Amino acid sequence: MILGGIDLPLAALLVIPAVSAMGLALLPGYRLTARLNVLATFLTFLSSLSLFVERPEPGDYLFVDDLNVVFIVLGTFVGFTTSAFSASYIAHEMETGKLTPVYLRFYHAMYQCLMFAMNLGLLANNIGLMWVAVELATLTTVLMVGIYRTPAALEAAWKYFILGSVGIALALFGTILVYMAARPVIGEGHDAMVWTALIARAKDFSPELLNVAFIFLMLGYGTKVGLAPLHAWLPDAHAEGPTPISAVLSGLLLNVALYAVLRFKMLLAANPGAIAPGPLMVTLGLISLIFAGLMLYRRRDIKRLFAYSSIEHMGLIAFAFGMGGPIANFAGLLHMTLHSLTKSAIFFTVGHIAQAKGTQDLGKIRGLTESHPVLGWALVLGVVAIAGLPPLGLFMTEFLIVSSTFARQPLLAILVVLGLLIAFGALLLRLSEAAFGPATGDTSAVKASYVPLFAHLALVFVAGIYLPGPLVAWFRNVAELLG
Amino acid sequence: MDRFVLDFAHTLAGFMVLVSFMLLYQDRMFSLLNVFALQALILAASVAWQARVQDAPHLYVTALIALVLKAIIIPVVLHRVVVKLGIHRNIETVGGIGLTMLLGMGLVALSMVVMLKATAAADPLAREDLAFALSVVLLGLLMMVTRRNAVSQIIGFMSLENGLILAATGAKGMPLVVEISVAFSVLVALIVIGVFLFRIRERFDSVDIHALDESRGERQ
Repeated sequence: MILGGIDLPLAALLVIPAVSAMGLALLPGYRLTARLNVLATFLTFLSSLSLFVERPEPGDYLFVDDLNVVFIVLGTFVGFTTSAFSASYIAHEMETGKLTPVYLRFYHAMYQCLMFAMNLGLLANNIGLMWVAVELATLTTVLMVGIYRTPAALEAAWKYFILGSVGIALALFGTILVYMAARPVIGEGHDAMVWTALIARAKDFSPELLNVAFIFLMLGYGTKVGLAPLHAWLPDAHAEGPTPISAVLSGLLLNVALYAVLRFKMLLAANPGAIAPGPLMVTLGLISLIFAGLMLYRRRDIKRLFAYSSIEHMGLIAFAFGMGGPIANFAGLLHMTLHSLTKSAIFFTVGHIAQAKGTQDLGKIRGLTESHPVLGWALVLGVVAIAGLPPLGLFMTEFLIVSSTFARQPLLAILVVLGLLIAFGALLLRLSEAAFGPATGDTSAVKASYVPLFAHLALVFVAGIYLPGPLVAWFRNVAELLG
Repeated sequence: MDRFVLDFAHTLAGFMVLVSFMLLYQDRMFSLLNVFALQALILAASVAWQARVQDAPHLYVTALIALVLKAIIIPVVLHRVVVKLGIHRNIETVGGIGLTMLLGMGLVALSMVVMLKATAAADPLAREDLAFALSVVLLGLLMMVTRRNAVSQIIGFMSLENGLILAATGAKGMPLVVEISVAFSVLVALIVIGVFLFRIRERFDSVDIHALDESRGERQ
């Protein structure tokens, strides 16, 4: 649908969050604004679905192709379900007085700003615009992480701000270098920053400049993906901010940064003289996987535990994309999708558990299946899924990654399996303590929203048993595209 | 291209690297702010020169932003913050000045080797500017790593951004979108920083990051 030269669904993806951000900043009353927040994210999700029906032509600033549709639909869906979880989470925070009405307005406005920034980053057909969007997303999440204003929250926000800015600065330098490489071929000005033009002419760019640029971009956006050794901000930001923000950080923001890395990887792959970008991603991915797996053992904070698990999974996904080839790319893409769904479901559960128990300390959370059966079993299901046990979806994707690696680099496959087993052990150890045995602490019921939680888990469960044909065909197509 | 044009552009960029080194060893808050203002001033001159050479009037806007915002407003505001917080005492540097300077020299050498090799085909004006810009970026990073005090980390970050602007304006014909966004992001970043400083001051009565370290969630 095109009206007055502007494509409607595309505009809706950006305008709805932008307008809601302003509206929610002004409206009083948390029940009303929480509902409006859900409504806005739902409408955004619907507009993302309409991209399937009709795909707009690539414009100067925005475009839609097979790759970013995956990210947009996934992102707006998780954004929608998280806002539904956020409504009940916020109600509890307001009742206990942890958030004041003014901060709540700010929170909702920032939530929509984040949605706007992420959609903009994913839709951008311009490397400069994409950078601006990722920067905006970083700033909004920094503010949200610090919203409780406790010393720990401030430290987390400060650390996130400093490391995020350094990452984003390195990414900008990389972006400038890509422009420098493109300028002699495409010509001065705007065209030399447009994705579609860059990809088409990439084979003529100076390979040396592209190499240097990719290292900066990989380190810069890699910081935002949370790859070790640039991950230090991630556990703090996840642990100290409101739990809905932990869910969108793990479920969305890490993916957006990964998307940026993948785009530049495609650019390098299109140039015959440039280095292969794969090994760098494989190395960073493996380091993250094994390091995060080991770090899981010493966690005492439940949100920190799952933050490290996010580093582990982002490492695995980066590894899969680094290996490349149709099967590994397919598995990486599917793993990313399922990880987003599972990890946000886990954070929904953990958010309610922390509210019920009044603590995030793992030592004080015991026997959840007795005191809070629904939440307890949801956590068990979530952890079983994230640890990669059959028959859930993540088992299948991990199996695909390992088996496709075995065929090409057996040694690397052994390292991956090792990393997965380390993480698996730690997660089950922590889970058995928290979920089973005699219950401790507060056992009073908590008002929780189970629908988004079980919707995610059901999707992950179904994906492990049956994937619809069109979905497989579509993901396979994207995997080919990634090379 | 005129030899003088090149030389003057390189001199300005070289001065920025030099000032980055000066930033590394300033151990008093006020002198740190003054040196930063000096760097922003040189940046403004360098950008204005690029605007003239490239015949790109929009770059004058970037130069003006650098001059007004970074050379005047931010140092003045930070000056007042420092006074208000009562931290015009010495700043401790980690690892000692000698070692930091040696590391800085290593980084500059590295950026020269990498950039000059990678941009062999590019035009000479952009080529050496880019090498200098990378040096400024890396020195800014080094400063952020070695300083413990929140205000000096902010200065480190802004000097890093100065390097980025130098690189962006050196790349001929780079769309204005990016330059404005860089300036804008600095502004936004400053607001964020201001909020943070305010809160940190409110909570800790200190802007020393060490004080923050003690409140880590996991150390119980």
